[in-house]
Amino acid sequence: MSDHAEVLDTSTGLDSRKLAIWTFIGSECMFFASLISNYLVHKEQWMSGPGPFPHEAWTDPATGKVLEPIIEVPLVTVGTALLLFSSLFIVLALYGAQRGRRGMMLGWLGATIVCGLFFVGMQVYEFTHFVHKGLTLQRNLFGASFFTLTGFHGTHVTIGVIWLITMFILALRGQLTPERSLKLEMAALYWHFVDVVWIIIFPVVYLIK
Amino acid sequence: MATTVLDQHRVHAAHGEKTGLWSWITTVDHKRIGVLYGATAFFFFLLGGLEALLIRIQLAKPDNDFLSPEAYNQLFTMHGTSMIFLAVMPLSAMFFNYMIPLLIGARDVAFPRLNAFSYWVFLLGGLFLNAGFLFGAAPDQGWYGYANLTSRQFSPGANVDFWNMGLQVLGVSSLAAAVNFFVTVINMRAKGMTMMRMPMFVWMSFITQVLLLLAFPVLAVALILLMFDRFFGTNFFVPAGGGDPLLWQHFFWIFGHPEVYILVLPSFGIVSEVLPVFSRKPLFGYAAMVFSGVFIAFLGFGVWAHHMFATGMGPFADTFFSLSTMLIAIPTGVKIFNWLGTMWGGSIQYKTPMYFSIGFIAMFIIGGLSGVMHASPPADTQQNDTYFIVAHFHYVLFGGSIFALTSGAYYWWPKMFGRLLDERLGKLHFWLMLIGFNLTFFPMHFVGLNGMPRRTWTYPAELGFEALNQLETAGAFVLFLAFSVFLVNIVKTWRGPRNAPADPWNGATLEWAIPSPPPEWNFAEAPVVQGRDPFWETKRERGGRLPEPSPGTGAGIHLPNPSYWPLITAVGVAAIFAAIMLSHKTGPWGIIVAVSILFLGVFNWVFEKGYSEFTTPAQGGH
Repeated sequence: MSDHAEVLDTSTGLDSRKLAIWTFIGSECMFFASLISNYLVHKEQWMSGPGPFPHEAWTDPATGKVLEPIIEVPLVTVGTALLLFSSLFIVLALYGAQRGRRGMMLGWLGATIVCGLFFVGMQVYEFTHFVHKGLTLQRNLFGASFFTLTGFHGTHVTIGVIWLITMFILALRGQLTPERSLKLEMAALYWHFVDVVWIIIFPVVYLIK
Repeated sequence: MATTVLDQHRVHAAHGEKTGLWSWITTVDHKRIGVLYGATAFFFFLLGGLEALLIRIQLAKPDNDFLSPEAYNQLFTMHGTSMIFLAVMPLSAMFFNYMIPLLIGARDVAFPRLNAFSYWVFLLGGLFLNAGFLFGAAPDQGWYGYANLTSRQFSPGANVDFWNMGLQVLGVSSLAAAVNFFVTVINMRAKGMTMMRMPMFVWMSFITQVLLLLAFPVLAVALILLMFDRFFGTNFFVPAGGGDPLLWQHFFWIFGHPEVYILVLPSFGIVSEVLPVFSRKPLFGYAAMVFSGVFIAFLGFGVWAHHMFATGMGPFADTFFSLSTMLIAIPTGVKIFNWLGTMWGGSIQYKTPMYFSIGFIAMFIIGGLSGVMHASPPADTQQNDTYFIVAHFHYVLFGGSIFALTSGAYYWWPKMFGRLLDERLGKLHFWLMLIGFNLTFFPMHFVGLNGMPRRTWTYPAELGFEALNQLETAGAFVLFLAFSVFLVNIVKTWRGPRNAPADPWNGATLEWAIPSPPPEWNFAEAPVVQGRDPFWETKRERGGRLPEPSPGTGAGIHLPNPSYWPLITAVGVAAIFAAIMLSHKTGPWGIIVAVSILFLGVFNWVFEKGYSEFTTPAQGGH
């Protein structure tokens, strides 16, 4: 009787593990809300320190010199698009897992992992690029709050990628049967959450003037 | 595969109670974890009390040099931090652990190993926080760690780091526990126990978990930013680098005010269990009690800046936060009148738990009244940072939480340990505590209004604070005596026979229907609930008191296996923060090792044998 996940003897009929992931996500919302607030409070502080490193094009009123923004929107847009597509990919992977279509599950799960890895790589490139230009964690509060916000998001993506790779290995070993697809569903919920947070961070940090 | 796993569990359950140190280290039983929480928290409570005694000795006379200013700073910081994070919160957690599954008719919490993990992280966090004493560098900046006193410039030592890292570790514990109990209450209730039939302690604990889930991440971010300031050279809270110390205050109190309700809501719940049982009446105004609790929690997120009136936020913010703060008096008043309504016309049994619960109501009202006083910004700017504030929060946290937790201890002791605490010693404990408490904290209202500042290691003789301070110190020693009586009571009871019947108080809730102490599987048969006071209803149906229940053999009941991976994972969590503190010596290697321990723990936890499908204990009958 017990291998079938649909026989659930809980008060709500939901699996407790799924409920726990949702609860955790609710808590994480406050974590990122705090980090985003911290960024919004400090985003104008790019002048302090030897800077300046504007996050948008800026004309120095004294000299008339135009400073180019340090942030590179095109690169990050590609990363964002891949992360968003990966949310679709993992839905397809889960669909495959729930219906026992092994190829579909492995293929889309692999695509999700590649997208996640690309996003992390993009961020590593962006961070090194900024440091080369002189914008470090210590340089000014814009840098400090930018690196903490996007850095903690990046850490979440990295943990998600590790989780998904673990799922991929389970799937390869044939352990992600339809009855056990909840394992993948939990990882997918977390992955969607990390994407949704980025949907807020991307306009707040990169698009809004 | 699943059948063999089930068979193992059958054998395991039928073996009965296991003993020995290893069985405690690997336990995932919510009752044992509850006892571990209680014992550890009581130890830290006594430590925090000792710190308070030293503070009172120092303040007994003017211009005293019993303590150095540095030692005094460390003692009041550690007293406050310990009492909040290492005493009141985990003492509540003891009752969450032991009582929530019993009260909702479950065999365990939703995630037994996560529960063990929460305890081990709590223990390590508590030790971390106190480790500063070993290096002569205990935290010394006050429990709310105001910036920029916490900057490298003004606190060059490791004192602040022990506090910061210790609280980070404790936050992980609270969040893990909150997820666990939130899911447990939603998903593990007995058949027929709808949300509006849950015992009030479960309701208040449930609201507390929501507060923990939403408030602790904010503290985590504040502590992370402080950590970046101190270790990685950022300037979030350093004015010289463009930072704003007030930002810390906002972050801290957005966490800190809900924290106040995290400390007191479980106590509201305990009192709401004790009063009906010893008044022989159902709780008055059940729905109003539930919704006033929800309302208090909701408002708790909109009042944080009343801790900051003295910073000059301007009339608009002052008005908003003043009004929202005064609003909280309404649902709190609803609760107090409902408790009185519960006792009104009841057949009151004067047992020790009832003494402490009535004491709670009286003392909490005094603390609530002074709270409404400094909800008014002009009054608050006078009272801020004086002993008046110290008097206020001790009336709500000691007069409130500690009285209620003690009430809960006397009430549930027979269920937890199978032994009834001595009534005469219990009542002596109550009277000593009530007198000692008021002697210690009531005079603080007066010295506070007369201008005695808190957190100052001594005062000059000509200010005339001496007489009242001597009274306070005498009161502190009466409190010491009160808890000595409690310890004597515990030891005396421990040596006595297991004399407690299953239902010593004629209880209303499910835990009294099973033997004292409960068997490992709690309920031989899964209970079915038909009302708000299920055990009273059962007794009424069957015409009075029931014979002693049989624990059953436990055969066929699935229970989770013991596991040591929660402990290893907890060590990994604590090691990460220790590694950050030592990063200037070890470089990144310390952090790499710590993260490896964490991953080792997590992966072995996730893939542990016998847990492949069942992460939650079975609910069904046989």
